[in-house]
Amino acid sequence: MMEIVDILISASFWAAVIRIASPLIFATMGELICERAGVLNLGIEGIMVVGAFVGWMTVYSGGGLWLGVAAAMAAGMFFGLLHSVLTVPFGLSQHVVGLGVTLLASAATYFAYRLALPEVTSPPRIEAFAPLNIPGLSDIPFFGPSLFSQTALTYFAFLLAGVTAFVLYRTPLGLALRAAGENPAAVEAQGLSVTALRMGAVMVGSGLMAIGGAFLTMSAFNSFFFEMVNGRGWVCIALVVFGAWRPGKALLGALLFAAFDALQIRLQQTALGAEIPYQVFLMTPFVLSILALVVMSRRAEVPAALMTPFNKGER
Amino acid sequence: MGGAAAVVLRLDRITKRFGKLTANDAISFELREGEVIALLGENGAGKTTLMNILFGHYTADAGGVELFGAPLPPGQPRAALAAGVGMVHQHFTLADNLTVTENILLGAEPLWRLRLGRGAARARIAQLSEDYGLKVARDARVGDLTVGERQRVEILKALYRDARILILDEPTAVLTPQETDALFATMRKAVARGLSVVFISHKLHEVMAISSRVLVLRHGRLVGEVKTAETDRHRLAELMVGAEVCAPRIVEGSEGAAHLTLERVTTPDRGSAPGLKRAALELRAGRITGLAGVSGNGQAALADLIAGLIGPTEGRLLIAGAEPAGWSPRAALGAGVARIPEDRLKTGAIADFTLTENAILETYHAPPFSRRGFMNWRAAADFARRIIERYDVRCPGPETPIRLLSGGNMQKLILGRALEATPRIVLANQPVRGLDIGAVAYVQEQLLAARARGAAVLLISEDLDEVMALSDVIHVISEGRLSPAFARGERSAAELGVWMAGDGFAERADAA
Amino acid sequence: MRLEPIADPGLTRTLGLPAAALALTVIIGSLLALLAGADPFATLGLIVKGAAGSRFAILETLNRATPLIFTGLAIAVAFRARLWNIGAEAQLYAGAVMAVVLGAGALGWPAYLLLPAMALAAALAGALTLLGPTILKTRFGVDEVVTTLLLNFIALLFVSMLLEGPLKDPMGMGWPKSARLIPEARLPRIVEGLRLHWGFGLALISAALVWLIGARTTFGFEMCAVGRNANAAAFAGMPVNAVMLKTALLSGGLAAMAGFSEVAGLKGSLTLDISPGFGYTGIIVAMLALLNPLGVVVSAIFVAGVFVGADSMSRAAGVPTYIADILLATALLTMVLAIMLTRFRVRRG
Repeated sequence: MMEIVDILISASFWAAVIRIASPLIFATMGELICERAGVLNLGIEGIMVVGAFVGWMTVYSGGGLWLGVAAAMAAGMFFGLLHSVLTVPFGLSQHVVGLGVTLLASAATYFAYRLALPEVTSPPRIEAFAPLNIPGLSDIPFFGPSLFSQTALTYFAFLLAGVTAFVLYRTPLGLALRAAGENPAAVEAQGLSVTALRMGAVMVGSGLMAIGGAFLTMSAFNSFFFEMVNGRGWVCIALVVFGAWRPGKALLGALLFAAFDALQIRLQQTALGAEIPYQVFLMTPFVLSILALVVMSRRAEVPAALMTPFNKGER
Repeated sequence: MGGAAAVVLRLDRITKRFGKLTANDAISFELREGEVIALLGENGAGKTTLMNILFGHYTADAGGVELFGAPLPPGQPRAALAAGVGMVHQHFTLADNLTVTENILLGAEPLWRLRLGRGAARARIAQLSEDYGLKVARDARVGDLTVGERQRVEILKALYRDARILILDEPTAVLTPQETDALFATMRKAVARGLSVVFISHKLHEVMAISSRVLVLRHGRLVGEVKTAETDRHRLAELMVGAEVCAPRIVEGSEGAAHLTLERVTTPDRGSAPGLKRAALELRAGRITGLAGVSGNGQAALADLIAGLIGPTEGRLLIAGAEPAGWSPRAALGAGVARIPEDRLKTGAIADFTLTENAILETYHAPPFSRRGFMNWRAAADFARRIIERYDVRCPGPETPIRLLSGGNMQKLILGRALEATPRIVLANQPVRGLDIGAVAYVQEQLLAARARGAAVLLISEDLDEVMALSDVIHVISEGRLSPAFARGERSAAELGVWMAGDGFAERADAA
Repeated sequence: MRLEPIADPGLTRTLGLPAAALALTVIIGSLLALLAGADPFATLGLIVKGAAGSRFAILETLNRATPLIFTGLAIAVAFRARLWNIGAEAQLYAGAVMAVVLGAGALGWPAYLLLPAMALAAALAGALTLLGPTILKTRFGVDEVVTTLLLNFIALLFVSMLLEGPLKDPMGMGWPKSARLIPEARLPRIVEGLRLHWGFGLALISAALVWLIGARTTFGFEMCAVGRNANAAAFAGMPVNAVMLKTALLSGGLAAMAGFSEVAGLKGSLTLDISPGFGYTGIIVAMLALLNPLGVVVSAIFVAGVFVGADSMSRAAGVPTYIADILLATALLTMVLAIMLTRFRVRRG
């Protein structure tokens, strides 16, 4: 067990935790915003795939890094628009539409990838976001290299969690969003449009999920390949539940999850890891997600109107 | 009053149709500054539809609304709000996960502002509570409040937005008589400050007590407009129903054995809904036992207990004096309990199922409907046809999805399904809620017929008048506690109201 | 806008709207072909020809439809009871593993004993795979969508572990692959000489049985009632949780049959790619069939045709084969919208 302690006290481990958590934070905040407004967005997995591809492709075709992020977000919002048109005004099953959007978004991505790069066997790499040392802070021993030598997108992810919490709990817009997920009739009675609020939430949320996907190609792997999202979207849905629909707790959940993930990667390389099939390590994130759902199931306060379409004037 | 006060609201020939039904037929009236007018009518007369048009939730097919002399653009709740209309809906429009202050602030500030302004809001809410006599805990979560408190939040919400016209849709349906008095006091304070109030109700004595003018709606038409001072309850009732009203005739019956007994029964609380607390109750043959109380005080727990959905955690439930082995919906049905649930669409029936499928919902698993795991649909259809005929269910046929039926016909099917087995115990939870007057009379007749056959009937209702009119014995429920049994006429409405507010229990504890 | 229920939709609505959904799908397909620089008409023609243009093509389509009928049925059964089983992929692999465990020489039984034993073991394994998430749902209220989705990833890693461990083909090279089934463990062909195995026959029989269960049995009535309104079903005295668990067993078992039939009928051994997402595609199959078991057969053949046709078109016209997935996802979304619009009218205000 000394091996675990060694891992836990190394700065590179904590740097990895922060890096692994970043895409999850984007996507988890995106899903949280959707669900707080009352819409379950199962399109998350596919939207992350789209974001990963669009961000990477933009940079590969000569666009700037931030243009790539913006393009990924726009692509995510497009699929968010599709999702929300079908689930909000038309009130279709959020399960079916969400899965449909995931299937469509990933298929469209793979189609576009094959069109853009027909003959390529190993996908080209891009010049991705470089670590950004924060002057002063990055020189602190241990904390500097682990916390303050990350890429711009990572800082952005943590900022986003704060902004999400601020908007939800400290602004009139957040109040309206939380009410739309709890009792849409309360929102409608105040002359606000539940449809607009929910559609807006799903679009913004989907845009953030797409940035989460783009993080993978633009700040982690620097390249695009199929199956790269690999269930991260579904994990984020579990993280929202684990975080009890609160941005702060969801952020903690993402960090906890990333810590386990980083730990299993490192444990694979130890003597212990040589004896256990590597698949067991790869399974742990998914097993942990299920456990998190079970643990939180009794305590969580689900938004009361989650998955309930709102039809104006219905008695 | 005189004609001096300015007209603040004018409705001009408002017409609204839903498919073939005309909910509002060319309705016109005026509301003046500083007056309370009552909009009186039975369920389904079109009162709520009319107010929803005024508030912009619906658009009228014809006609227009004028507020303070300016036409109101149709279909925009924002416009009505901005012009100073505040509406307290029958079903509260509050978000349970927000605090009182947050609920009041919801929609009051421009959406894109970066701060909520909680501090200033709290101060203003305190002032308004003081001015209008509306006591609330500003930082409590709305989910934790009682029904009466929630209503006060709704009224505060309207006042916070500087409403000049208050529309109250059946506000007293959920209140104790004492809370109703407090509400009337608030209304008088509002009127004294120059507000105008539209009070929607179907309760005659309340209309007589608070309004200056009464408008009577029947089948979507305005059938009468009278000054309250120049009319009486009897004439209003006639106008409202369109014929001489006859209260259900109750023939004295003889009291029989106790079919169902609760001995100091306790059931678990569920969220903010209390469970039963050491409740004692006896349902006797040939008796209607009425349960009065403000909604959310343990009625659901009692109904679920008798329906077999939950069992007692303490105390005993006895059927004909003996404790049943295992208690479940099927055990309850087997013990001869007929169940009419509170919510027809959520628990009573499966909306997408046909009348046939709904008719056998409780008995599908036994012959003749099911043999060796296979269904006999012919037997089921015959059974459905029998209920349709005997209980006068108006429908195109047994294969129609039940969601296409009116509330009254749906209730008749559920009633038929329950009573066809000649039950010994009848649980009727809010059996006439939302029904038109014809269906109400029918359902009440059937309950009286069951009583005459010797069934023990438990009638749960929020409508104290209904409970008092039909019951041989009345219990009051408050926070899960049951009052002792009161015989018919033993207590006045006001006295029962004291118990509904939870006060009688304390006195009894002192006396004991 | 507001949705208003329609009492009697009439024939134009019931047929016209789904037709419009299909037309929209075809238009999107044409645009994709144009985008890929191909002639849209030729592309669509090649898809149809590749799916049904020859005896070989038709048999290929039916072979591809076989696992889709099983997963489609599994999902139709579950969705009817409103059990959101998105884990047909995991259940399929559970079935495939059992087929290999029993069929690769462990049991030296004759075919008429061995095949039923394999099928039974496969169905049992699939049923148990779905039982877990269902118990979490009924006991703790854990959303089964996420748990079944996550189980798909766990199952695939587990199979990968088996293929590099206990089930590893001793003759195999580095590639993760199981040993081959013994001849007695192979599903025979329906007609000698034609490349169509009895898995297809089993799929048709299963569809008929599932239809019978739904339309005629007491359990079918309970499943439907629980799916439409679990609250009312519980009030009426139905054992809602038991119905859920039984539904899960049936659904998981059906999905596992897809794995059994692929291994025993088509592939003869287990690899990590025996299912190119049959579990997920089953959702499309079931939804296009409006969850009707007999409709599942038709829609599975249609969906399989699109895949097989797109494969062959892709080789000829150079349009990426992923066009098939786009078309089917589009068909799914437009069809659920069309079906909703047959029941509701869109009104302003």
